[in-house]
Amino acid sequence: MELNIVNIVSLVIILICAADIKLMSSPKTALVGNRIGALSMLAAILFVLIYNDIITIPLLLVSLIIGAFIGILFTYKTGGVKIPQLVALFNGFGGGASLIVSFILLLEQGSNIDTFARFTAFSGAIVGGLTFSGSLIAAGKLEGIINQKPVTIKAHSMITSLLLIILLAIMIFGTVIDDYIVTFASGATVLSLLFGVIFAIRIGGADMPITISLLNSCSGLAASVCGFAVGDIILISLGAIVGASGLILTQIMCKAMNRSLWHILTGSTYRKVIDSSTETIVEIKSDGAKKEVHNYLEIVNKAKNIIIVPGYGMALSQAQEQVKLLFDYLIGKGKDVRFAIHPVAGRMPGHMNVLLAEVDIPYEYLCDIDTINPEFASTDVVIVVGACDVINPEAITAQGTPIYGMPILRVHEAKHVIVCNKDTKPGYSGVENSLYNKSNVTLLLGNAADTLAELISQLQNDLQSDTVLQD
Amino acid sequence: MNNSIMILIFIISTVAGYKLIKDVPSLLHTPLMSGMNAFSGITVVGAILTTASAAALHSKILGAIAIILAMINVVGGFYITDRMLGKFKSGLKDK
Repeated sequence: MELNIVNIVSLVIILICAADIKLMSSPKTALVGNRIGALSMLAAILFVLIYNDIITIPLLLVSLIIGAFIGILFTYKTGGVKIPQLVALFNGFGGGASLIVSFILLLEQGSNIDTFARFTAFSGAIVGGLTFSGSLIAAGKLEGIINQKPVTIKAHSMITSLLLIILLAIMIFGTVIDDYIVTFASGATVLSLLFGVIFAIRIGGADMPITISLLNSCSGLAASVCGFAVGDIILISLGAIVGASGLILTQIMCKAMNRSLWHILTGSTYRKVIDSSTETIVEIKSDGAKKEVHNYLEIVNKAKNIIIVPGYGMALSQAQEQVKLLFDYLIGKGKDVRFAIHPVAGRMPGHMNVLLAEVDIPYEYLCDIDTINPEFASTDVVIVVGACDVINPEAITAQGTPIYGMPILRVHEAKHVIVCNKDTKPGYSGVENSLYNKSNVTLLLGNAADTLAELISQLQNDLQSDTVLQD
Repeated sequence: MNNSIMILIFIISTVAGYKLIKDVPSLLHTPLMSGMNAFSGITVVGAILTTASAAALHSKILGAIAIILAMINVVGGFYITDRMLGKFKSGLKDK
């Protein structure tokens, strides 16, 4: 590679971005890292405008400003709860841009560019297209505009495979045949958009973290492939990094849910199990082993160490504020409090951490699964807020169930567990939670925000009456 | 640019990115994802180049749409990541 100004500047920008990602690995430096990333991106945009002497083209400037303005507006108006859908939406826009860039390239100079560039332009259109429509569907599902349950159509898997084969064929024929490039490009666009829809519509709620990670990876790949087509190394490099990042998150999410990527892609969901179990409302049997614990208030007030386990139910009932109040109360009483965060709790990777950070819970108290799991056995009380599958002990014992082998938070090892869930229905996996039947478990059913508020006031009363008695 | 060099850059970036991102703790997975999401909007550079060199009017219009979409991705992505990271506070000074 010759050392001209373009390549040198590109390499410097890439290295700065790499340093920025390095800074993202600690909460202390991540904010600075992100800002450096934003600045280097601005530098990349300005450089391309100035170097090519196109900064004076009004169309470019106006489009850039409009885009930036809409980006700020979208984010400004959105609260923390809607972050998953916003990330999905932005992701889709990035994919859409890659699709259009590839499409224009094929349209304008399809027969002039070399085979390699043409091949990458087709790939860019296809990956960009499926990222665009897939992300929009995902965002729609998260927002609740589209049915959040997995939607399957007739012969879903067959249609998916068929589309994939046709897309591959278009990619190959479009590259080698010099005529009909516009037809091929249009076909690739329409079919890849369709593929994204059909792929994403089948994904259910709890599979969302995996889907979003995967689509994130795709948007990076689309940008990278686009970079091949236009011959720009910043695009290639940064796109590849994003692709790798999304892939790592996808891997982590798959492992944490005990599902293979293949199962997600081919759409073998938990749905069948869910269908059968939601129809019959599960009754928690008070057999001999299950004694109602009435003194749980006393247990909490006397506990030395407490772990709080949040799940998607906390996000649904908007109970973060109450969790924070509970946290303050417990910390105020001198207790050792920590949060146990399962990797797939919520609708995107690390969702719970963001929600808890938003209500000013310091990040030192947020522990990941590997750190916290050895601690449960020596913990006095665990308070579960809207989590089910990630604490289900059946994952260790019940062979043959969908969650068998899935890493769980070992809540059942604690001396006492208080569960603030909506009901005792199984979670997304459809597997009943045997934890609820244990004798040292107190169930406080209902909307988590309400039950937690109640719990806090009861705890305060209990403590007061206790001190009155002692006096 | 030489195709093999581009492929080389792609491979190096993937491997380096993989190594860099493996170190990010699960605590920061959401900001990481949205920050990376913002980076994927780098495709705006490609959009600028193709729009500038586009001849036909419909290509220019499409190109302008691509720039707008990518810019929403970049600006929105970095902004929301910034806001999120701003909320991650250490509690050590309170103790």
